[in-house]
Amino acid sequence: MSAYLLRRIGTSIIVLIGISIFMYLLLHVVFPSPARVALGLRANNAQIAAFNKANGYDRPVFDQYLTYINGLLHGNLGYSYAENQTVAALFAERLARSIYLSGISLLLAILIALPLGIFQAVRRNSLGDNVATSLAFILYSMPSFFLGLILIQIFALSFPILGFEASQSTSIWTVIGDWHDMLLPILTLVLITVANFSRYMRSSSIDVLAQDYIKVARAKGLPERLVLTRHMARNASLPMITLIGLFLPALLAGNLIVETLFNYQGLGLLFFNSLQKEDYPVLLAYTLLGAVFVVLGNLVADFALTVADPRIRLA
Amino acid sequence: MATGQASLPPLDTTRAPEGGEVGAVQSGWRLALREFVRNRLAVVGVGILLFFVVFCFLGPFFYHADLLDVSLINAHDPPGAGHPLGADTQGFDVLGELMKGGQAALEIGFFAAFVAITIGALVGAVAGLAGGIVDTVLMRVVDIFLSIPFLFVVLILASRYGASVLSLSLVIGGFSWQVPARLVRGEVLTIRERDFVLAARTAGSGRWRLIRRHLLPNSLGVMIVNVTFQVADAILAVAYVGFLGFGLHYPNLDWGDMISDGVGYMQDGYWWLIYPVGVCIVLTVMALNFIGDALRDSLDVRLRRR
Repeated sequence: MSAYLLRRIGTSIIVLIGISIFMYLLLHVVFPSPARVALGLRANNAQIAAFNKANGYDRPVFDQYLTYINGLLHGNLGYSYAENQTVAALFAERLARSIYLSGISLLLAILIALPLGIFQAVRRNSLGDNVATSLAFILYSMPSFFLGLILIQIFALSFPILGFEASQSTSIWTVIGDWHDMLLPILTLVLITVANFSRYMRSSSIDVLAQDYIKVARAKGLPERLVLTRHMARNASLPMITLIGLFLPALLAGNLIVETLFNYQGLGLLFFNSLQKEDYPVLLAYTLLGAVFVVLGNLVADFALTVADPRIRLA
Repeated sequence: MATGQASLPPLDTTRAPEGGEVGAVQSGWRLALREFVRNRLAVVGVGILLFFVVFCFLGPFFYHADLLDVSLINAHDPPGAGHPLGADTQGFDVLGELMKGGQAALEIGFFAAFVAITIGALVGAVAGLAGGIVDTVLMRVVDIFLSIPFLFVVLILASRYGASVLSLSLVIGGFSWQVPARLVRGEVLTIRERDFVLAARTAGSGRWRLIRRHLLPNSLGVMIVNVTFQVADAILAVAYVGFLGFGLHYPNLDWGDMISDGVGYMQDGYWWLIYPVGVCIVLTVMALNFIGDALRDSLDVRLRRR
């Protein structure tokens, strides 16, 4: 067990190093120096060369990469010349809002998708199952911005009970309390995520229901409620742990779209604004942090699975 | 899936002996086709997809819309005579735009999927056949690319270098080959132990010939299934990129771009700027997902049983 964990951590570190090299090189090719952004369009070549020399952008790429990584490890994410702030400060302002939006959406999606999948498996091919499957199929094929627009149309324009723009407050506590404006962005992410998860939960529950231990539990006269809660729910949820880990990149992307659509001042919207301003230090830092988040998320998911499922004892 | 298996003819007695890959593969394909056609959703999916191919590529020959000259006098015309689906902010005909945007979506979707499956199949086959250190290194590379948030990189490249059908296809395909690489590697790992591969090796086949003649043709099932989902994902990715404003530019356009143009006019009730496009995206992607699911049911299971 511990050997497996160590090896898994080792590969994760190698993958992280690979990601950082790849992303740094890519962004370096795309955008070698922020001189134009920093000095403005009227800067001449001599000024740009002087800027590059002063800030180390004339050094070999690998040298710059090492400096950047060294900074990253010490909490220095780079400097955004377009915003005249450190990237870390920009992120710190918005991090809590993005964590709140993604976190509560993921949590609600799991709380809905697991029981829904079990229900669909138990009542297989019933009317409820078919309706849920069809809805999931439509939502699964729907770009999240289109779903968001439909929800805005229904709940904010046709029946104006909710806001069409997310909360603009700078205080995270006000944002959390502002259900009127936060419900639609959260609902958009939740619906898309539930559509993804419930399909897997349904098929995983169907697999578990066919197992012998379910037959034994039923044969010994256990009430169906206990069969489902004690024997089935936990076993059927196991594959979901891996799935949630694999879903993290999609969650980040969903965040980007939903934050842009609802003008929610989180990291996704920051990324979108930085794209328009060609603010590459922010883009690099956010993509890298996103990748680190994905790797760590998958690592945690793997560990959680070995804890939750005693049958997994990989050497 | 369970009912599908029950209705199958006794497969094991009719299969050709291993080694004659042509005979065995053909009978498998025919059975798979029969199973596929029996799946109602699959037929619906093929129907919808064919409709969109005809609508987008042949439609413009019969329905002429001027998508080049701005005509502000027609801007935001509601659906009616002259503009069956209304006109957009520049006075362009929405129905004509749907066709043109659909061309871009389908072209990028299929081309990106082709790029992804080509890279993925090569990486997977090489990794699976070579094994050892090559396999380890390639699979770590796959891990690296799996962890990089796909949409972010596509957006960075599209915003920097501008988007065209070719560039978007290359970028989207170039960052979505990881899953096919894993799938093909998995197939190759089992196929390479089979007797016909041993026979081919004994007959003196080199590695490249093994990959080309034996390993890839026998992994075709998983590849076809995956391509379908790749097309669906690529069409969604194009829609996202277009919606965020980094998609194709005038005189070209894509579906996501059309929706983002209409967002500002939702409060004015210009529904024809958003919903027809949105429905087109959903229907196309859903059709591809139907086809992919049905293909997986008919091909994948059979290949594993063989």
